[in-house]
Amino acid sequence: MIFNSPTLSYSLLAPILIILAGALIGVLIEAFVSKAIRPIAQLSVALGSLVLALIQVIRIRDLSSTTAAMGSVIIDGPGILFQGAILIIAIISIFLIADQDNFTSSAAALPGSEEERQATQSGTVLTEIYPLTLFAVAGMLLFPVASDLITLFVALEVLSLPLYLMAGLSRHRRLASQEAALKYFLLGAFSSAFFLFGAAYLYGYSGTVSFAGIHAAVVGGTGNDVILLLGIAFVAIGLLFKVGAVPFHAWSPDVYQGAPTPITGFMAAATKIAAFGAMLRLFYTVLAEAQWQWRPFFMVIAIITMIFGSLVAISQRDVKRMLAYSSIAHAGFLLTGVIALNKAGLEASIYYLFTYGVATVGAFGIVTLVRDSSGEVSDLNRWAGLGKRSPWVASAFAFFLLAFAGIPLTSGFIGKFAIFSAACESGATAVVIVGVLSSAIAAFFYIRVIVLMFFTDATEDGTSVVIPSILTRLTIFISLVVTVALGVFPAPLLDFIKPLAIFIR
Amino acid sequence: MTINWISLTALLPLVGAALLATLPKGAELRAKQFAFGTTLVTAASAIAMAVQFQRDNTDLQFVEVRSWIPSFGINYAVGIDGIALVLILMSVILAPIVILAGWNEAQGGRWSVKTFYILILVLETMMIGVFSATDVFLFYVIFEAMLVPVYFLIGGYGTGERSAAAVKFLLYSLFGGLLMLASIIALYVMSGAQGGHTFDLAKLANLQMSSTTQNFLFLGFFIAFAIKAPLWPFHTWLPDAAQSATPGTSVLLLGVLDKVGTFGMIRYCLTLFPEASKTFTPVIIVLAVISIIYGAILAIGQKDLKRLIAFTSISHFGFITMGIFAMTSQSQSGATLYMFNHGFSTAALFIVGGWMIARRGSSTISDFGGLQRVTPVMAWCFFLAGMSSLALPGLSSFVSEFLVLVGTYTRYPAAAIIATVGIILAALYILIPVQRALHGPTTPGNENLTDLNLREKVAIAPVLAAIIALGFYPSPLLNVINPAAVHVNSQLGFTDPVPTVEGK
Repeated sequence: MIFNSPTLSYSLLAPILIILAGALIGVLIEAFVSKAIRPIAQLSVALGSLVLALIQVIRIRDLSSTTAAMGSVIIDGPGILFQGAILIIAIISIFLIADQDNFTSSAAALPGSEEERQATQSGTVLTEIYPLTLFAVAGMLLFPVASDLITLFVALEVLSLPLYLMAGLSRHRRLASQEAALKYFLLGAFSSAFFLFGAAYLYGYSGTVSFAGIHAAVVGGTGNDVILLLGIAFVAIGLLFKVGAVPFHAWSPDVYQGAPTPITGFMAAATKIAAFGAMLRLFYTVLAEAQWQWRPFFMVIAIITMIFGSLVAISQRDVKRMLAYSSIAHAGFLLTGVIALNKAGLEASIYYLFTYGVATVGAFGIVTLVRDSSGEVSDLNRWAGLGKRSPWVASAFAFFLLAFAGIPLTSGFIGKFAIFSAACESGATAVVIVGVLSSAIAAFFYIRVIVLMFFTDATEDGTSVVIPSILTRLTIFISLVVTVALGVFPAPLLDFIKPLAIFIR
Repeated sequence: MTINWISLTALLPLVGAALLATLPKGAELRAKQFAFGTTLVTAASAIAMAVQFQRDNTDLQFVEVRSWIPSFGINYAVGIDGIALVLILMSVILAPIVILAGWNEAQGGRWSVKTFYILILVLETMMIGVFSATDVFLFYVIFEAMLVPVYFLIGGYGTGERSAAAVKFLLYSLFGGLLMLASIIALYVMSGAQGGHTFDLAKLANLQMSSTTQNFLFLGFFIAFAIKAPLWPFHTWLPDAAQSATPGTSVLLLGVLDKVGTFGMIRYCLTLFPEASKTFTPVIIVLAVISIIYGAILAIGQKDLKRLIAFTSISHFGFITMGIFAMTSQSQSGATLYMFNHGFSTAALFIVGGWMIARRGSSTISDFGGLQRVTPVMAWCFFLAGMSSLALPGLSSFVSEFLVLVGTYTRYPAAAIIATVGIILAALYILIPVQRALHGPTTPGNENLTDLNLREKVAIAPVLAAIIALGFYPSPLLNVINPAAVHVNSQLGFTDPVPTVEGK
């Protein structure tokens, strides 16, 4: 028997490998480096590996070969763009994560116990968060470039497991945080099972797990269509869960609220890019010819997601829950990009994912700043009059909200226009009309927050804006600049995306 | 490199706003003076542009096209015809007057005086941009973005239920804007199928589309403009906004911003969807006539001075819309002239009314009384402004109202006749408050009101002068408007109906 040694194309896999190496070094630092220098060492390693990975992504953008790891991974234009976007979002969020005030000192201690108190008093900081973040990033990088169902599933788990853990690390309201983590884990495991079940059906349909093989079977059309349909449906459920589309969204408000805010921001932005990346690849290439099986289903999901997210967000009293429902609505808008199923739709989705991600990290960055003596204040009523006390912070938050609402001269507007026009081009007029109307509904609750901050008199309850650390300031500043710049001059990024946004089958 | 006059004029207030932002915090007086100076320079630049305007040339002039977002075929494209020129002139002349007249109105705001003037200047840039954009996407961007400064002007510096009024204004406008966005997306997609993605107004006007599509897209645009204008039944935000805003903001809101609605009907609805415009004309004429009568009747019943002016405007916007959709050259010219004149007469009403309200500390009409004796100059100014609003012959509004009615009569006699009732009602809604506020015995509490000071006289003088001068001699404006109005109608394939004489 002859064994061929596998060819891996290391240069193409390098971004993922660099991140994984960084994560492993992080684990070693936890074990061997003294407490005092751990935070700075961890931050440097994390930041260093993210930047190195980004450089490597930029280096390999002119592709000499496209498949790596024996065809399990496809590095093509969209894959590069997704990876680049995830890395940029991760770099911006790592500054936010570095602000240790947000995390518990000792995750293992019972909430409210003596042990916890001691840990907090001793000033211990939780540096495990950095390797966890890096592991999640590695999974996210692999997710949109995976080109067989097994790799896709492995990537899904690699990105999810650290996130479950990170959701439970909040310093304040630890019980809520742990509840969020458990909920996220249980529902996530459930959706993974769905995904696996669907993968099994697709294997049964085509006799292979590779995307190319499934695509060939779909084009050939000789298999049993019922099995294909079941496979598509279950795989889609697994993916739709990750992006928080209705009716698979139930976890997201609780998790958004309970998780430490920097993690919420990172998760909301980066997971969306990874999950939509994988979804776009799957439905634009592998299942494109089966569009009659999945497009009607996706249209219904998109419509109810947009309407539900926008409507329910109106009644929220908590800023993080409000942003959670807003992200559900945005998942709906992004689904119109999947439905579009044309090149313009792919370009628009990538642009939208990136700009939405950046604005999301910035917005959550601001949420970490509004505090009282017992920690973050996420109750919206206590945000009243913020514009008076901290005009800059309130203005920045208002600007992010306007970007979410898609007001012209923000990046959100260009994204929305691009994605709706692409969907309209493909004939999904009904979805576009619903999208436009739910944008109008969504504008209402974003503006409500602006009214609250600027036009409502403050109550004297000790809510104040802490002076942001230099790192948090950096996060918010970068996000703000990107959101403004891409709102007024989107052409460079759009032109950069255009030639790259072609999937290779 | 040649300098484009439109871009230069639009850029001046924006640069002014940026410089204003660098002023130190306490320098309120300097901020006011600087903002006033900026608007004067802007007005001068616009007038210099108007002098160079070739009035018999029906092509767009001062055209500048620069690529903005090439992947969507979006350009920064500006250019003006006579209609746009007149509206830009109106905006830039009103801006310094508003600042001078409401010298102290930013004081009671939530934020600094400086912020107020920054918002005003940014708004002025957008006003010039919105009237001169010839790229539909650019127009939409400015159309929506200008809501933001107005929203903060109402909510931050207004009185009473200001934040509720600001939100109502914003949500109404956003809703209309999003309907328009849906239509714009559809136009964009169709242009892609017919020779390449573009937002160029002239190219979009030549798109082939089925009449059903055209009707739907027309409605997307029209409803957005009808909310903006505002036309009955989309008007309910206006009285609240006008009541809560400062007088200066109200002048800009009713005098300039609402004109974007009627201007949009001419520039976008008629140009892009000629067939649909004809289909919907009967409905729109009916809505316009309802607006005229409804606005007038509600104005009569108002107890609050600012709400009264807002309802008179709804009536006036009915006239303008009727003139636009009657599609005769007289009614079309009349409508544009009406927009200009309405800007000035509403400005006069709001400015003088604002002074009265500020002095008396109340905006209820019955609180005034006998002002003629106490403050004769202010009373005369208000009287003159009111006469202009009811279109007294010899004042500018008369010319435009007459043109609209004559032009409409040749095509829709019934509508014109019913609309004429609006003139009678106008006499009521103006003369009743004039009688109550200016004449009769002096209401207790009014004895010590002060008359206009020099600054206020200087501010109101050009407005009143324009109202009287253009009443006697409107040709300078009409000469600019007429060729453009005829051009719009001929594009639609309309010629003026020839009057028939009985017994021939």
